[in-house]
Amino acid sequence: MPASREVVFVDGVRTPFGRSGPKGLYAETRADDMVVRVIRELMRRNPGLPPERVDEVAIAATTQIGDQGLTIGRSAAVLAGLPKSVPGYAIDRMCAGAMTAVTTVAGGISFGAYDVAIAGGVEHMGRHPMGEGVDPNPRFLSERLVDGSALIMGMTAENLHDRYPSITKGRADAFAVASQEKAAKAYADGKIQPDLVPMAARKAAEGWGLATADEAPRPGTTLEALGGLKTPFRPHGRVTAGNASGINDGATGCLVAAQEIAEELGLPARMRLVSYAFAGVDPEVMGIGPIPSTERALRLAGLSIDDIGLFEINEAFAVQVLAFLEHFGIADDDPRVNPYGGAIAFGHPLASSGVRLMIQLAREFAERPDVRYGITTMCVGMGMGGTVIWENLA
Amino acid sequence: MSDIETYKSLLAGKETGEVVTRALVRDVDLPYGAGTMALITLDNGHDHTKPNTFGPQGLLSLNDALDAIEARGDVAAVGLTGKPFIFAVGADLKGAATVATREEAAAIGALGHHVFRRLGELGVPTFAFVNGAAMGGGLEIALHCAYRTVSSGVPAIALPECFLGLVPGWGGTQLLPRLIGPEKAIKLIIENPLSQNRMIKGRDAYELGVADAMFEPADFLEESLRWAARVLRGEETVTRAPYEGDWDKAVADARFLVDMKLRGASPAPYRALDLIALAKTASRDEGFAAEDEALADRLMSDELRAGLYAFDLVQRRAKKPAGAPDKALARKVTKVGVVGAGLMASQLALLFARRLEVPVVLTDLDQARLDKGVGYVHAEVDKLRAKGRVSADQAGRIKALVTGSLSKDAFADADFVIEAVFEDLDVKRKVLAEVEAVVSDECVLATNTSSLSITAMASGLRRPERVVGFHFFNPVAVMPLLEIVRGDATDDATLATAFSVAKTLKKSSVLVKDAPAFVVNRLLTRFMGEVIAAVDEGTPLEVADHALDGLGLPMTPFTLLQLVGPAVALHVAETMHTAFPDRFGVSANLAALVAAGKPGVYGADLQIDPEARAFFEGGSSPSTGEEVRLRALKALAQEVRLMLDEGVVAAAQDIDLCMILGAGWPFHTGGITPYLDRAGVSEAVTGSRFLAPGVASVPA
Repeated sequence: MPASREVVFVDGVRTPFGRSGPKGLYAETRADDMVVRVIRELMRRNPGLPPERVDEVAIAATTQIGDQGLTIGRSAAVLAGLPKSVPGYAIDRMCAGAMTAVTTVAGGISFGAYDVAIAGGVEHMGRHPMGEGVDPNPRFLSERLVDGSALIMGMTAENLHDRYPSITKGRADAFAVASQEKAAKAYADGKIQPDLVPMAARKAAEGWGLATADEAPRPGTTLEALGGLKTPFRPHGRVTAGNASGINDGATGCLVAAQEIAEELGLPARMRLVSYAFAGVDPEVMGIGPIPSTERALRLAGLSIDDIGLFEINEAFAVQVLAFLEHFGIADDDPRVNPYGGAIAFGHPLASSGVRLMIQLAREFAERPDVRYGITTMCVGMGMGGTVIWENLA
Repeated sequence: MSDIETYKSLLAGKETGEVVTRALVRDVDLPYGAGTMALITLDNGHDHTKPNTFGPQGLLSLNDALDAIEARGDVAAVGLTGKPFIFAVGADLKGAATVATREEAAAIGALGHHVFRRLGELGVPTFAFVNGAAMGGGLEIALHCAYRTVSSGVPAIALPECFLGLVPGWGGTQLLPRLIGPEKAIKLIIENPLSQNRMIKGRDAYELGVADAMFEPADFLEESLRWAARVLRGEETVTRAPYEGDWDKAVADARFLVDMKLRGASPAPYRALDLIALAKTASRDEGFAAEDEALADRLMSDELRAGLYAFDLVQRRAKKPAGAPDKALARKVTKVGVVGAGLMASQLALLFARRLEVPVVLTDLDQARLDKGVGYVHAEVDKLRAKGRVSADQAGRIKALVTGSLSKDAFADADFVIEAVFEDLDVKRKVLAEVEAVVSDECVLATNTSSLSITAMASGLRRPERVVGFHFFNPVAVMPLLEIVRGDATDDATLATAFSVAKTLKKSSVLVKDAPAFVVNRLLTRFMGEVIAAVDEGTPLEVADHALDGLGLPMTPFTLLQLVGPAVALHVAETMHTAFPDRFGVSANLAALVAAGKPGVYGADLQIDPEARAFFEGGSSPSTGEEVRLRALKALAQEVRLMLDEGVVAAAQDIDLCMILGAGWPFHTGGITPYLDRAGVSEAVTGSRFLAPGVASVPA
C-alpha cells in the first residue's frame, strides 16, 4: 500500500434544506430517501466514475435511529442502487458528522485503503428532534464534568456571549442580517442552485411536490425585526431564532478521491485536502471549538491565518462565528467570510452541514482562482471544533 | 344542463360506497427554468393495499382540478402521478356492479371520456408519470396525456377489461392502437387479458412504446420531472415511429385467434376488436362515442356482471374461505411427509418445500421410485433456476429440503403428512394407519384423494379427528384451487392447520363437506357423463364435443377426457355411479376405450382417431348439438342444487369459485350458477335461480 496519497474533493450536492415541522417541505419525507437522492445525483453528475469503483459510503447522522438508523451509509448505498459490493457505514460527530465522514474517508484514501469514496450527512430534525433518545450519564452533572447548560446549544451560545463581552446582541443581529443578504444575493446570482438536487416530497393530504430551493432563508430580514425577537434561552439574553441557525431537514454528499485516481477516471478535482483537525473545548462553550481546531489545522499545514483567502464557517450561532473572527482579528464583515451566506440563512440540518460548507467553498474557489487556500470549520456539540483546510485547484 | 351536470345528477347522488380517488394539485417549479407544472397526485387516502380507482366522485374531483388549472394562465404543463406504489387501477368495479339502467351505464362511459380527454386537449403539454400499478382506466388516463414516463419498478400494467367482460372504453381502444400500432395494442387489450389476465411490467411498457421514457424507482418522479422540463425546453425530442403495417390484417388475425380461443363465447373481446378496427380512421369524437356505446352495452350485459361477480369471488371470497375455523387454532408445520414418490407425490413435495420452506420427506417401498421422485424435484428446481425464478441459494435450499426414505419412521417429527398413493380406500386406510403409528398425536394426516370418503378413510384410526381432505388439481404448481374436505370427525385445529398450510402454499381453498368427488370432479364428471352418454346414444363425437362451445370453456369435454386420462375418468365415474347410480352412468364404450389402452378419442394429429371412434358407434338415437347442450346444462343445474341441498359447500358462490379456480371455467360464466341462471336452466330444472337477479346479472 502506498504510504500517503493526495486527497481531492471532486463534487458535492445537497438536497434543498427544509424547515422542520409539520408545515415543512419534508414533513413526510424519509431521511434515507434524501441520502439516496444525493448519492444518485453524485453518480449521475460524474458519469466517468464506474459505480463499482466507489470503495466506501460514509454517511453521518446525529440521531441514528429509524430512517437515520440501520447503518445508513450501507442501507442508502443499497437503496441508491450502487453495486452490492460497495460497502458503507454510519458516522456521528453531531454537527460535524459530514465533515468527519469526509476526513475519515480521506484518511483511508491517503492510506491507500480506498480510491474513491462518497461522504455525506443527513439530519431530518423534524422526524428526529435534537436529543431524541439520549440518555446522559448522571456523572456528567454529579461530578461536574460539564455545566448543566452544556447540552442545550442555545445556552452554550449565551455562555459564549459571557466569555466575549464585546460581542453584543447588536453585533450578532447585524451578522445575521448580513448572512441573509449574502444568501439572497448568492441565490439571485445562481451560486447555490447548481449544487442542489431537486427532491420529490409528498404530503398525504397535498400530494407530490418538488423541493427545488432552500426553505429557510428569510431574505429582507432587518435589524429592527431581529431586535424584537424573544431570547428563549435566557431572560434578556442575546441569542434569538434570528441570530442562530434553525431546525432543519436536509442531506448532503460529496465525492472524495485520491488525486491520481481522479485523474485516471477523468473526474474534475476541485479542491485538494491540505490538513484537518478536530479539537475539544469545554462543552458549555462549545461554540469556541473552531478556534483550537483551526489553530491545529494551520499548524499541521504549516500555514498561518493570513494564508487563508476564504472561510466557510458554520453559523450555528452568530456569536460563535464572531468569537472566531475576534480571536483571529478578522472583521465581522470581512468579505472572505461566508461570501454566499451561511447556516443562519440556509439552515443547519446537523450532521449534513459540513459538506454544505465544502460545496460552497468549492464554488467560491472556482470564482476566485486567485485564492489558494480556504477553510471549512464548524463547532460541535459536547465541546468540539473541526477544521479542514483546502487548496484551490480551480 | 351541461354534460357534466347531467352526469352529476345521474351518478353523483347515488350511495355506492365509492372510495374516492382525489386529484390533489400542487405547483412544481420545473428544473432548467421550464416553468411551473401543475402536478396532480391521484390519491384515495389509503395505502397501496387499497389502490386508486375511478368512480363518479373521483372523476368529478379530477374534473374540478382541471377546471381550476385551466382557469390559470401561468401553467407551463400539467403532470399526473399516483400515490406511492400505485398509479391507478381503473374504474371502481364495485360501483359498476350497481349500475341499474342503460342511461346510467352510458353516463359512466361519457363522464370518463369527458374528464380524461381534457388531458389531451388542455392547450398545455400533459405528462403522465406512471409510478406504480396502472390498469384499465388507470392506463387509459395516462394514454390521454401527451407524454408518459414509467418507472422500471412498476410490477403491473394492463388493460384487463376483456378479462372481465368489458372493453377499455375510456379511450384505450382508440388511443393505444394509434400510439403503438394495432398489433401491440391487441396484445395488451385482447391477448393478455385472455391469457389468465397477464400483466406487463414497466420495462415492457417502455419497450412496447406505451411510455416515452423510463426511470428507476429510487428517484422516478424527480427524474421524470427533469425529463419533462427538457421536453418542454425542446432539449429532448420524443419520437414515435409511424405505423406502417396492415391495420386491417392485424385485426383480422386477432379475430381468428380470439375465435380459436373463445368460439364466440364472450362478446367483449370481439367488441374491443371492432373498436380497434374503427380506430384506424375514426376521429376522436367518433371513436370515443363508439366506446361509450360499447361500454354501455357491456355494462348492461349479464356476461360482464357475471365477470364482476367472478372477480369479486376470486379477489375476496377466495381469501376468506367460508366456514374456515379461527386461524389461531392452526398448528405450526415445521416438517412435511409425503407418502408415495410418484408424479403427484413429487409435485406435492416440490410445492411444499418451495412454499413452506421446511423439510419434506417422501417415502416409498422402492428405492428406485424414491430416487426418481427426489430426482424429479431436483430437475424441476433446476428448471426454475434456469428461468431465473429462484436464486442459486434458493435452489440449493429447496433441493436440500426434499429427501426420500424407505421407512415411514422418517415421519416421526413431521407435523403434516399427506398421502398421494393409489386411489383405493383400503390402500389409503392401510397407509394412514402406518403413518399414525409413527407420528405425534398432533400431526395432521391429509389425503389428496379426489373422490374417496375422508370419513371412511379416517375410521379405524386412533385419532380420526386429525384427518382432512386436501385435494389439489393438476398440474399442482399451476392450478390455484384446493378443496379442503372436512370428514365427520375432523376437528377445528386440523382444519385450521389445513387452511393455514393452503394459504402458505399460495392456494385458494374452499371448505367442502365429505361428499363423493367433492365439487369440481363431481360436476365435471356429471357434465362429461351426459356428453359421453349422448355419444353412446349415437350423437356424432364432433357434434357432442362442440355442443358446449358457447360456454367458452378452456377445453372441450373430450379434450378434457384426454388430459385427465380415460382410465382415471372411468374410475371416478364408477365411484360416482356407486354413490349416485341414478345420475351418474358408466359408459361401456368408455370402458372399452380404456381397455384398449387408448389415450382418448383424439389421435396425435388432434383429429378423431378412427379406432377410438369405433368404440362409440352403434347408438341409434342421436341428439342435436343443442339437445346435448341443454342436457348437460340441466344435469349441472340439478347437481348443483343437490349439492347445495346436501350442504356440500356453504353457498352457490363456493361452487362457482371452485369451477373458476379448479376447472378454469371462464369469468363470463361466473363459474357456473350465473350462466345457468341467465340461460333459464336453473328455474326450469330446479324451480328457482341460484342467485338473486343483480348478484351476478343485470338487476331486473
